[in-house]
Amino acid sequence: MAINKESNGYTFVFATVMVVIVGTILALLASGLKPYRDANGVQKKQLEILSAFLDLDAEKISRKNVKDKFAEFVDLKDAVVLNSNGEVMDGVYDVKGNIVKGSAFDVDIQQEYKDKKRSDSHKNFPLFVATQNGKKLFVIPVIGKGLWGPIWGNICLDEDMSTIKGASFGHKGETPGLGAEISQKFFVDRWIGEKVTDEAGDFAKFEVVKDGSGQSVEKKVDGITGGTITSKGVEEMANRCLAVYAEYFKTLKNAKQ
Amino acid sequence: MSEVEKKSKAPGEPLFSKKNKKLITDPLTDSNPVTIQVLGICSALAITVQVSQGIVMGLSVVFVTIMGNLVISALRNMIPSKIRIIVQLVVVAALVIIVDQVLAAFLPDLSSKLSVFVGLIITNCIIMGRLEAFAMANKPWPSVLDGLGNGLGYAGLLVLVAIFRELFGSGSLMGYPLLGSPIPIDGHPLGTGLYALGYMNNNMFVLPPMALIIVGVIIWVQRSRNKSLQETH
Repeated sequence: MAINKESNGYTFVFATVMVVIVGTILALLASGLKPYRDANGVQKKQLEILSAFLDLDAEKISRKNVKDKFAEFVDLKDAVVLNSNGEVMDGVYDVKGNIVKGSAFDVDIQQEYKDKKRSDSHKNFPLFVATQNGKKLFVIPVIGKGLWGPIWGNICLDEDMSTIKGASFGHKGETPGLGAEISQKFFVDRWIGEKVTDEAGDFAKFEVVKDGSGQSVEKKVDGITGGTITSKGVEEMANRCLAVYAEYFKTLKNAKQ
Repeated sequence: MSEVEKKSKAPGEPLFSKKNKKLITDPLTDSNPVTIQVLGICSALAITVQVSQGIVMGLSVVFVTIMGNLVISALRNMIPSKIRIIVQLVVVAALVIIVDQVLAAFLPDLSSKLSVFVGLIITNCIIMGRLEAFAMANKPWPSVLDGLGNGLGYAGLLVLVAIFRELFGSGSLMGYPLLGSPIPIDGHPLGTGLYALGYMNNNMFVLPPMALIIVGVIIWVQRSRNKSLQETH
């Protein structure tokens, strides 16, 4: 072969051919695997919603059977999207604030929370309605920030639309053994039984406390030792998000009476 | 090209000759990429909290070293020397993206735990080091063995460090609790198993600095057993 390997021409041709080949392989792979990745995202969201009122380990719910289990408990037709005043919307806000078609399940609150282009009044607040043992449960996804990164969760209210029946919290990278403990059962259990609203039906703020008094006092929840900023993050997240839904529940209750 | 390929397939040497076997066994012991060459430390610190993470990360690196060495070795007579580092980088990056995509599609939970560290395999010095030092100058088959050896050397150390960290940091191995449960239940205010006797997990092991200390101890043990590895100065 009489090609001069060190010539500029050869170098350019080699680089071009290589980039085209590599690009083609990766593009094909990415589009080939996209259905799997999308399915994983849906499964994860379904698992998170179910984990607000079910013990996933005890019920043996995993990625494999989550689709059927989700359909058993949650009817997405009952799900609504609220605006920041707690009013039901016909669609969802897009990033510019126009109302477009969309469903509660497709709203990505994590993306909306960190999107600086989206103003607070144009955030969507999805609400899922689940049925367990004939009781109506309300699952509220929440999002906030911890010490190192985002934290999120799903809080489940009992059919009185006020008592917290269950919750699950997740985090991206809180300190292991300290802030990361918010996803543990013992921390979640501290929220169960707390009331979101006061006697008048208005939203009343939670407080995460350090002195261990949370167990006996209403509206107070014990924080995690050494995980103060993450605990405070959960407090801020719960207060900011739940306040919107409390408005909705108030109108819902008033309409019933 | 056809001539070169024929040569590499010529049956002059058995596939697992003594020399070829050494290519695999050396990086596992006396020229381990992590403990002797002290490469790839950053990812060893980050993802050795759990054994399962260490195994998946190790296997990913084994795949990338083997395939990277194979591709670069097969192309070594075609690659213009002026852009050879870039070519190596593109090949490694492509392989890493493949690994990342496959993990995200089929092992989504582990993939989200490993997060950026799979992508950071690209910057793992072991891989570029093997490509430049070995694959550019050797035939494909020895290169594959060299990649396998170095990948396993890295993976093995990762798993070793992860065993210590998961056992002492979380009291479990591969997610199975071995020492009982530290969560208080009725009648056992401290938990069950060892924890009932007052044992506590060492949170230090969960934090990255402990990985550095464990790697340091492994290096110390290895060098004190094999005097030829000790530097004189």
